[in-house]
Amino acid sequence: MAVQQLSGEELTEKVGAAVSDAVEGPCDGVLWIKSPKIAEVASFLKSDEGLDFNFLNSISAVDYINHFEIVYHLTSLNKMHTAIVKTRLNGREELSLPSVYHLWRGADFQEREIWDLMGIRFDGHPNLKRIMLWEGFEGHPLRKDYL
Amino acid sequence: MPIRTEPMTVNIGPQHPSTHGVFRLRVTFDGEEILEVEPIFGYLHRGTEKLAEERNYTQIVTLTDRLDYVSSMINNQAYCLAVEKLLGVEVPQRAKYLRTLTAELQRVASHLMGIGFFLQDLGTLGTPLMYAFRSRERILDLFEMLCGARITLSYSRPGGVFFDAPDDFWPALDQFLKDFETEYREIEQLILENEIVMIRTRGVSILPLDVAINSSVSGPVLRASGLAWDWRKMDPYDAYDRMEFDVPTATGGDNYDRFWVRIQEIHQSIRIVKQCIEQIEPGVTRADVPLVLRPPVGAEAYGRVEASKGELGFYLVSDGGISPYRMKIRSPSLLNLTVTEHLLVGWKLADMIVTLGSLDINLGEVDR
Repeated sequence: MAVQQLSGEELTEKVGAAVSDAVEGPCDGVLWIKSPKIAEVASFLKSDEGLDFNFLNSISAVDYINHFEIVYHLTSLNKMHTAIVKTRLNGREELSLPSVYHLWRGADFQEREIWDLMGIRFDGHPNLKRIMLWEGFEGHPLRKDYL
Repeated sequence: MPIRTEPMTVNIGPQHPSTHGVFRLRVTFDGEEILEVEPIFGYLHRGTEKLAEERNYTQIVTLTDRLDYVSSMINNQAYCLAVEKLLGVEVPQRAKYLRTLTAELQRVASHLMGIGFFLQDLGTLGTPLMYAFRSRERILDLFEMLCGARITLSYSRPGGVFFDAPDDFWPALDQFLKDFETEYREIEQLILENEIVMIRTRGVSILPLDVAINSSVSGPVLRASGLAWDWRKMDPYDAYDRMEFDVPTATGGDNYDRFWVRIQEIHQSIRIVKQCIEQIEPGVTRADVPLVLRPPVGAEAYGRVEASKGELGFYLVSDGGISPYRMKIRSPSLLNLTVTEHLLVGWKLADMIVTLGSLDINLGEVDR
């Protein structure tokens, strides 16, 4: 009864049918979502009976110089499957995407950490301030151009 | 004449003996009762994720020791699993068993500390803590035989383990298991169903299961709320698919249950250690991997284990170089802290310290 990882193709099909204009192609084994739609898609992933992703494992941000990638690792504790959802943010300044705080409270510290260390804002997060570093710290040290 | 009262905001920490490290809670009290609470951390932030981008894959093992410094063995294992996933390396059987065995010994050591400090926070003035440390010392001695270190072990390496166990390790382990049975029974007799412990912890700071899941809580804290979710069972790694063990759960989700689940898990860990000793066979302990590893360009992997505090995950992204392009650590202690507010508001100051102890956080891992 081990946990299965859902393929990106399967998820892309399901999400594509449920949320209009959210999927970004091409699919390479994971689900790619357009960044403004992330909260809407997350809400679908969580509430859909067949998917039922009730547990947010982690949110990671990766700096690719020209763009940033936000990676969500999700698990359904009832249906025993996992999924990886990714979204891309182009550019380096004034980046933001919708927060999933209201869906998974577990996103709270992780979104704050990404803001603190990567400088990506999450719209709708009620308490988006620095978490590891102190208020007044300049820059976002996990960015590739910081040092 | 009525007495004028007003809420008072107090800082607990960052230098406070019962915060288990440099951790601050800003609490607003109405008398003894907690109205608001905000956890503040980051005092121990060393930028492990940034440091990892400057080191090669083998060197990073030493950085993982310093995350949860009371369970380094499991951190090493989690990181190595992620690197092996990235490279597609198959680990030799003997190394898998050695990792499982050491990880379970480490879990015993970590839970002993968790239990000891929890009781210390209840005001037991050190006796149970010293009982717990007595057994933990023995485990650290065993680790010293394996790799020469006691805390920062770096025993697991990508592709296997650092070195095979020396010949005198096995009799010493047998002796430890024999002694531990009596030692642990003494600890249990002292604390389990102790009336004072029960009165202080039963029904205090209840964590309902839906809140726990929604807040990404994992490990003993989640299991104490009633869900038997353990990555060793759900996604078996190393030799866990060949081990027989139970996942202890409680249903109350209060301080006592969190404490009780840890006590029961020690029994299961010892069961696994014994099975490892029975099943382990001679063989090589490290796959044939180069010292400087170069995973393929664009490869990424999420390796996770059930650490003593919960789900510990490493998300690695490679750009084909000798060091990871990005390493993200999914730290169980940090995410378990999400529920502090839910657990503490409405309870009294004296319970606050105990509740924090029942979460068993480690600041090395929270701040990274």
